[in-house]
Amino acid sequence: MENRKLTCIECPKGCNLSVDIENCRVMKVEGHKCPKGEPYAVSEIENPQRVLTAVVLSKGLSLKMIPVRTDKPIPKAKIIDAALAIKKLQITKPVKAGDVIAGNFMGLDVNLIATRDMT
Amino acid sequence: MTERDLVIVGGGPAGIAAAIAAHENGVRDILLLERDQYLGGILNQCIHTGFGLGYFKENLTGPEYAGRFIEKLHSLKGIEISLSSFVVNLTSDKTLTYLKPGMLSTIRAKVLIMATGCREKTREMVHIAGDRPAGVFSAGLAQKLINIEGLLPGNEVVIVGSGDIGLIMARRFLLEGAEVKAVIEIQKESRGLIRNVVQCVKDFGIPLYFRHKIAKIRGKDRVEGVDIVKVDDALNEIPGSGSKISCDTILMSVGLIPENELVEMAGVKDVNKIFGREACRAIFKVAKLWKIEN
Ligand SMILES: Cc1cc2nc3c(=O)[nH]c(=O)nc-3n(C[C@H](O)[C@H](O)[C@H](O)COP(=O)(O)OP(=O)(O)OC[C@H]3O[C@@H](n4cnc5c(N)ncnc54)[C@H](O)[C@@H]3O)c2cc1C
Ligand code: SF4
Repeated sequence: MENRKLTCIECPKGCNLSVDIENCRVMKVEGHKCPKGEPYAVSEIENPQRVLTAVVLSKGLSLKMIPVRTDKPIPKAKIIDAALAIKKLQITKPVKAGDVIAGNFMGLDVNLIATRDMT
Repeated sequence: MTERDLVIVGGGPAGIAAAIAAHENGVRDILLLERDQYLGGILNQCIHTGFGLGYFKENLTGPEYAGRFIEKLHSLKGIEISLSSFVVNLTSDKTLTYLKPGMLSTIRAKVLIMATGCREKTREMVHIAGDRPAGVFSAGLAQKLINIEGLLPGNEVVIVGSGDIGLIMARRFLLEGAEVKAVIEIQKESRGLIRNVVQCVKDFGIPLYFRHKIAKIRGKDRVEGVDIVKVDDALNEIPGSGSKISCDTILMSVGLIPENELVEMAGVKDVNKIFGREACRAIFKVAKLWKIEN
């Protein structure tokens, strides 16, 4: 059995987690001050995920850049490729926060959504 | 001269919260002055998540978080929002002068709330030796350039100080295709949140040097590099521990100072204790006080 130390990043408290791992599976998590810590530890060991935020170039709208994010976390290993893909997008119509900019983004089963209203 | 019951200077989160809270407490003649073309203040450039965990139990970005309060503000009657309105003078009897494109207005406030926020410390305030080339930015300025203006200030970046804005900008530069060579922190641990050390720096393998400082900035017209040196626990340089990092851009992330010029102009003493977002907490008291006065 292996023991790993992690920092939970789900909230600013940043709890120190102690995780027991066997055959790449999480057996036990300690140190979390709330219930979110355990699923975080499991995901972090078995399939680390992050929400990606970025900006997309607009054309003909009142500001040049429109902030966006993935509506769910994506695998950490895909973050850099996804950030590059976002740089190729362009928004030409007014958007509201929450509007889908790219559905099933990169086939990752997440939507890329705008995070600011823009006309 | 027109007189308003309540004037709020600054349309960031503190100013918006102040307006909403005052309205909830019965104030109906409110003028909110914001120099920018938009409400939301610094939150507009904080495109990362982490906002609203407490209040909305959701993980929102800065613009989303601001957007919810802006929507609420617009739904309230009796609040006049004046954008592109730069307050340039304040006197001790709460008379304000503000500039709006093409006009200069003067009004008197029965009650005034200052919510002008804060700004970042600069290179000058932390005394870094060396040349004075272009390419030295505060982390928040770089944040605005990238996230609002869509401009990448440089390609090889060294970040001085490990405040949250610096950590967040390490990730932003990297995701925009720049190389982040190092984050240099003089203390033994980060000044920022540990979660930002993890998700902005460690996630991407960016080198983070604790107990190090910038000995010198090098560069003729543009930054060419920095000399860094280790320090001991008393923060004295350790001889012979120096090394060089080449870079074209330096970000300063060494802390914030309140934006207090107007309050000082009005003759308020001891303004150092006033911090922009404190207005959020103070407003409940102010709003109640206002009710009593009326
Ligand atoms: C670069 C930077 C990044 C930050 N990132 C984070 C973060 O990620 N998370 C976090 O929790 N906090 C962050 N902060 C701290 C942040 O400032 C506060 O959390 C929050 O924005 C404070 O709200 P505020 O309303 O007091 O100030 P601000 O958001 O700064 O709003 C002040 C408003 O007043 C306006 N104003 C100023 N002077 C005048 C004038 N003379 N006339 C008219 N209008 C005026 C400004 O244009 C601005 O809109 C950051 C601060 C900075 C400087
Ligand atoms: S375990 Fe809970 S309290 Fe601790 S950092 Fe994670 S989310 Fe925050």
